[in-house]
Amino acid sequence: MNQLSSEDKMTTQDTKTDEADALSRRNFLGWLGKGVACVGALAGAGTAIGSTELVSSKRGFQQNDEQFAEAVNNPPKVPGYNWNDHDWAMGVDTDRCIGCLRCMEACKMENSVQMDANHHRTWVERYVYLEGSNTAIVDSQTDPKDIENAGSETKFRFDNRYKNVKVDKAFFVPKLCNQCEHPSCVQVCPTGATFKVKDGPVLIDTTYCIGCQYCVQACPYGARSFNEQRGTAEKCNWCYHRITKGLNPACVEVCPTGTRIFGDRRDPESPISLFIRNNHVQVLKPEMGNAPNVFYKGTDKEVV
Amino acid sequence: MEHVFSHVTPYVGYVYPNETDMAWSQLIVIYPYITGLVAGAFVVSSLHHVFNIQRFAPISRFSLLTALCFMIFAPMPLLFHLGQPTRAFNAVITPHWTSAMAAFGYVAGFYLCLLLLEVWFAFRADIVAMSKSRTGIMGKVYNMLTLGSDDVSPRALAIDHKVARILSMIGIPSACGLHGYVGFVFGSLKTREWWSSDLMPVIFLLSAVGSGVGLVIVLYVIVSKFRKAPIADDTMRGLLYVMFTGVAIVMVIEGLEMLEMVYKAREGIETVRALIAGPIWVGMYLQWGLSLFALVVTSTLLLFDVHGKRLVTWLFASGLAMMLGVLAMRWNVVIGGQELSKTMKGLLTFYPEMFGRESLFTVLIISICPYVVLWLMSKLLPPWNQESASESGVFDNHKFA
Repeated sequence: MNQLSSEDKMTTQDTKTDEADALSRRNFLGWLGKGVACVGALAGAGTAIGSTELVSSKRGFQQNDEQFAEAVNNPPKVPGYNWNDHDWAMGVDTDRCIGCLRCMEACKMENSVQMDANHHRTWVERYVYLEGSNTAIVDSQTDPKDIENAGSETKFRFDNRYKNVKVDKAFFVPKLCNQCEHPSCVQVCPTGATFKVKDGPVLIDTTYCIGCQYCVQACPYGARSFNEQRGTAEKCNWCYHRITKGLNPACVEVCPTGTRIFGDRRDPESPISLFIRNNHVQVLKPEMGNAPNVFYKGTDKEVV
Repeated sequence: MEHVFSHVTPYVGYVYPNETDMAWSQLIVIYPYITGLVAGAFVVSSLHHVFNIQRFAPISRFSLLTALCFMIFAPMPLLFHLGQPTRAFNAVITPHWTSAMAAFGYVAGFYLCLLLLEVWFAFRADIVAMSKSRTGIMGKVYNMLTLGSDDVSPRALAIDHKVARILSMIGIPSACGLHGYVGFVFGSLKTREWWSSDLMPVIFLLSAVGSGVGLVIVLYVIVSKFRKAPIADDTMRGLLYVMFTGVAIVMVIEGLEMLEMVYKAREGIETVRALIAGPIWVGMYLQWGLSLFALVVTSTLLLFDVHGKRLVTWLFASGLAMMLGVLAMRWNVVIGGQELSKTMKGLLTFYPEMFGRESLFTVLIISICPYVVLWLMSKLLPPWNQESASESGVFDNHKFA
């Protein structure tokens, strides 16, 4: 994939002001969300840059190869963390999502995900029922129209294509790896390079992955992608490097509306335990038998 | 903006963002195709070796060599496809046994060894004879190929034949296993509606036999023309029987699979219909059209008891049709399965690259290689009994069976 120049890359702050649209309630909330998100995203970017001398690097927020090699060959040790003591899970309250896509941005920055619209560890889907329709129209940031509207693959936002039509119902659904109890990606990996750890997430040993992409085929949720530069598979790991240090995943950290909830199910008072206890939650594609660990509140029949 | 659409598969409807970078390309189309040709060619050779059907005797060693040459190149598309080809042996050294793919190294390795052994036993008498008659570097090569065993007494040759027969007997279930396994790699994925079928291994296996027999027919006719040797009518009739059986059964099973999918009409069946009418319609027409052509031609040849030149021409045509039809079927399965989005709400349209590591050019090179190696191999080990017997006075080990 083509690399973008650093200027084209993510700008955490959207400098372009919107046209003179009347500020509807939604727009207002969107703005509010962006403001909050910017603070969070900048904080995230600050940590990334501070620790890795990336300021002058051409690749902007992405790790360069040496940094990647260092991270892979000499992973940070986390003394005092015991994976037997945790059982991580995530919740998604779709009623709260405003589609600001700060989660996507934060994820790309935090995890050096490829900077194009076709490789994601997390993304947000927009479901729109037009008036009188029984099915939803779905799109995500990969939609060329959304990219065109944003002007770049790395400026994450939805376009305003439904401005002039009557909409019955619309909502956003954030997606990410479900870190399944019975992950089909782990089942099909021929080398065991991808594996489920005791505290929940499914990880990839990128030094052992042969890049056959069988796991990409096997994931029912489309959560896996292939990193052409590294020749290995990619996926969300709930920011394992963060959660083992007691931090939230980057997407949870920056979410301005509290759509994403994360925590330890062993702790009955953790946000995720409360979320699951107090709400009717669902999982995606239960018929696959994968037993996902991302719990959704307020999804819809059309959600895939 | 231009980078947005490079390497990216265009789509309609809604597909998961990561699906727009299609995982398996045309290289994975020819991988099951090549292993299929191996299985088919091996079946033809076994009909003589195991069941002692004499009409297949003239081509049994040739189809054995064909199977070997194609088997050598079966793993090649996979290696070109891997993101980290240098780590390919990780799957063999530390196999993850719940993965179907982990077995590939073992299944393919076992089968390759089996083929090598069988070829050696089938050709040993010739090798010994040539090690004695040839001089210079080729003499040394043949000497090495004898592996120090130059006993060509009738008793030794009878043992050769017996061993080759046993290997061939092991080879039949192995060939079925190898190819059924390839079907399993696809059929066992619950994620993809287009693949996830219990019939997939059977379909792969039967179409493999069809395409492999087609290959043997095509090669036999072409090689005979070049050698200016007569084409045995009896052999062609035998190949016709196998071909007819293969085509007829595979068409029925493939039809049943499609019927089941449409009849069950699970969620997203509209998208499946759109897939057939949309991105893979050319492939579908080729697959079914060419199979139908082969079926009609072989049925007619059987019905009217055709012999001679007309049989050769039409059987050649249906062999070629079957080879191309099965290639189209592999495309429809591998590419079509990925063009149908996991969301069941969208369709992608795959456009192959022309040049590059995973491109049509690579496919072309890999597809040509087995033929070149087969040509060289048939120089080294002439598989045509009469010719080698008359030229260098070698023994035909089948005579002593």
